[in-house]
Amino acid sequence: MSSMQTVSHGSVFFSLVNRDIKLAWSQGGGSLLAIGFFFIAVSLFPFGIGPEPQVLARIAPGVIWVVALLSSVVSLDRLYQADYEDGSLDDLALSPLGMLGVATAKVLAHWFSTTLPLALAAPALGILLNLPDNAYGPLVASLLIGTPALSLIGSVGAALTVAVRRGGVLMFLLILPLYVPTLIFGVGAVDAAVTMTDPLPHLALLGATTLIAFVVGLFASVAALNLAME
Amino acid sequence: MFDGLGFQAKSGDFVSLTGKNGSGKSTFLRVLAGFIPASEGAMGFSVDGESATGVARDSFLMVGHMNGLKPAFSLRQNLQLFSRLMTGRHIDDDSLLEAACTFGLAALLDESVQYFSSGQRHRSALTRFCLVPRQIWLMDEPTVGLDAENRQALAGLIQRHIACGGIVIAATHDPMGVSGQTLNMDVFRPTGNPSVDEDWL
Repeated sequence: MSSMQTVSHGSVFFSLVNRDIKLAWSQGGGSLLAIGFFFIAVSLFPFGIGPEPQVLARIAPGVIWVVALLSSVVSLDRLYQADYEDGSLDDLALSPLGMLGVATAKVLAHWFSTTLPLALAAPALGILLNLPDNAYGPLVASLLIGTPALSLIGSVGAALTVAVRRGGVLMFLLILPLYVPTLIFGVGAVDAAVTMTDPLPHLALLGATTLIAFVVGLFASVAALNLAME
Repeated sequence: MFDGLGFQAKSGDFVSLTGKNGSGKSTFLRVLAGFIPASEGAMGFSVDGESATGVARDSFLMVGHMNGLKPAFSLRQNLQLFSRLMTGRHIDDDSLLEAACTFGLAALLDESVQYFSSGQRHRSALTRFCLVPRQIWLMDEPTVGLDAENRQALAGLIQRHIACGGIVIAATHDPMGVSGQTLNMDVFRPTGNPSVDEDWL
């Protein structure tokens, strides 16, 4: 009976990532909902605005990015709440990873299962909105660089509202303003490609926002989770 | 919340926390597990007479009111996952079967947890004590929903654990069938001057 056994943190970390990805794609998980929302919300725009190709091409980068933000928030309210409600968050807090490791694993799983598929699905919606040919590369690149920030910033909101029943709307209010820098630089990169200028400065700034979210988001999530578990 | 609360638990001790509803049994267990910071007072560990730090979180295993099972997975997957998350190791089928037999769940191993009754879920949650070797067990109302046979199994499990040098702290309203010290939480209600003294070896 020894409590001081050597534990492979990597193995614990990846089994948690693996568990969350499986849960996100299983019955009741949020990934398919978020991706379905992404497709349906974007395809409403041509119906609402009308089928003029020039108009659609002009709004395509903004529409795809804004709806990607909304879809990521749709899936976020269960990020910690499911574990909080069934008690497994208590178990995870006593796991060898500690809360920082747990939050990191869960955010990584959320990015991989939910926001990364949004980035990969975006070109299909680009076709729907008549996105110019040379903008597909920057669109996917900007989403690949920007989507980790969506998961990281969203994790803070999810952690803050974990104990709030029906906290979904509150989370929209908390998170969406914080997504603004990511949105500006992400759309800027695609627009630059559309107007034949250099998208690289925008992508660099987008990367910087993601790095800031990486540093701040995880620690803020852990602080919020510790508060919620009292 | 508590006033003048102090106790020591040594290796091989069983402590049962009793008291009225709302007297703070569950809260006290969460303080011990480190979920709630104590506003005053101290908690200390010592190993072989020397004070030890850093053993805290990795020594505890807790089962509370919520059972921490994922309805989307089968019992086998839940238990394997729990073992992986707590120890980083894969548990082999023989040990898994042996653990499931403790509370008579062997036949349900491959059933999805979403079809379990609340008693079966609770027994599944208790089974985790057989899976992960940790010294200090915190149990919140472990006997709720258990029939006589499973209560006996639980008492046997606790007795084996303390015989091996473990510590079990259980909040309960029922006699557990294990001898040990009893802390009545009603005694520690604050009476004016709050001072918490958790002196724990």
